[in-house]
Amino acid sequence: MKNWIKVASAAAVGIALSASVASAAWDKVVVATEGAYPPFNMMDDNGNLIGFDVDFAVKLCETAKIECEIVAQDWDGMIPGLLAKKYDAIIAQMSITEERKRSIDFSDYYSNTPAVFVGKDGMSITAYKDGEVIEDALDGMVIGVQRSTTHANFLEDNFPGIEIRMYGTQDEALLDLTAGRVDATLADSGTLEAWVNSDEGNGYGFVSNQFAPSQWFGEGAGIGIRKEDQDLKEIFNKALAEMLANGSYEELNKKYFPAIDLHPN
Amino acid sequence: MFEDLLYVLGKYDTWLWRGFLLTIELLVISVTLGTLLAIPLAVARVSKKVWIQALPFAFIYVFRGTPLIGQLFMMYYGVGQLIANIDGIQDHWTWTYLRDPYWYCLLTFVLNTAAYVAEIMRGGIQNVPNGELEAARACGMSPSTTYRRIIFPRMWQMIWPAYTNDVIFTLKATSLASTVTMMELTGAARKIVARTALPYEAFISAGVIYLIIVYTLTFGFKGIERYLRRSEKRKEPKSGKPKAASA
Repeated sequence: MKNWIKVASAAAVGIALSASVASAAWDKVVVATEGAYPPFNMMDDNGNLIGFDVDFAVKLCETAKIECEIVAQDWDGMIPGLLAKKYDAIIAQMSITEERKRSIDFSDYYSNTPAVFVGKDGMSITAYKDGEVIEDALDGMVIGVQRSTTHANFLEDNFPGIEIRMYGTQDEALLDLTAGRVDATLADSGTLEAWVNSDEGNGYGFVSNQFAPSQWFGEGAGIGIRKEDQDLKEIFNKALAEMLANGSYEELNKKYFPAIDLHPN
Repeated sequence: MFEDLLYVLGKYDTWLWRGFLLTIELLVISVTLGTLLAIPLAVARVSKKVWIQALPFAFIYVFRGTPLIGQLFMMYYGVGQLIANIDGIQDHWTWTYLRDPYWYCLLTFVLNTAAYVAEIMRGGIQNVPNGELEAARACGMSPSTTYRRIIFPRMWQMIWPAYTNDVIFTLKATSLASTVTMMELTGAARKIVARTALPYEAFISAGVIYLIIVYTLTFGFKGIERYLRRSEKRKEPKSGKPKAASA
């Protein structure tokens, strides 16, 4: 009961506050990131925050024409710190989940490492395009995948007729790919990029478009904000849309992940 | 809990059914071929000539002395990779079979079963009473006739309980097939867990199916045991059971 009153009064104060400052609000925003999740966010030798998330935050604020300060915050205290108003937004590859949505709100997703097929160079697979599963795309193929993953579920749900081999680890699937016992493997592009560029991955590459339908792969990472700050959410969403439209997002994307489309849908 | 169990059984019955069929298939083929291979191995193993018994001894020693999952990985990833690297093999018509995990799995299980059964058989052969062998020789039986008419029938009588045990062991060993992508019963249960996050329900379903298989096997093998020992009741009613092979 007491807690309920606390929450209710806190919410009331929050609403009152945000309403009162709404007009003047957000000429300065404090953004938190973790600084320990390369290459998305990390510290350089001098302790400065760098990485995709940091560059993205800077560009986002620039686009929204607001002043931003970026601070580092340990992952465990990320949401409590936001609720305690130590900062106003989280840009730290935080995945949008139902669990987190109970305590905070999120902007539209701003990055998502999509799924991709890896196979022998010269191969071409189009299994998902424009929101549609292309059902006969994998006919006659043997596809390796790590079991208990969203990728395994995606294959099983959409391609009942093909042969799917399930491995305990992604490494085993890649081993069998090089042995020629599977024709291709489906996994997270972030995981696969390093392998494709390594010696073992010589002669293999991304052989499909990249896709991440949320029904199977979740919604990606969003900017975390307090529930009452709906106006800030609007500002960020608008700026994000602008960045996607004017190519500045793509530029950032290419800088850190030349082969991966971080905003696939 | 009970509702979840019904949900798992209702929604994923085809996965469990296919897993069950593959488990039975692996078991039957492994045990049949493994036993056939074990007979010459056991006969060579009891030979008094060192060069005849050395090879089966080494084979049995290696396969009984290393973990089955290690053998499976050696066969599938080790031998499999070597075969895959042969020039032009991937364009050859046999590649369809050579790339398939099924054959590697089956071969490992057959060899493993053969090693265990051969060792059980060795115990059985060596425990055939000397008097019976002397009697066979006195009747003028050749060594092969002695094997066929005296040693093997006596061996089967003695080793049957241990053999039954080994068949059940092999049934459980088939669950390792899922580590090299074969979706037998345990693999199916794992897949259901990944989908539903209901580990108890999935593994209880698979467990009950294993229990049913074991019960059926035990029942059938008991019947065969009675058949094998039919002569004892008729001819030596008071001498009690012969000593079982220790293996």
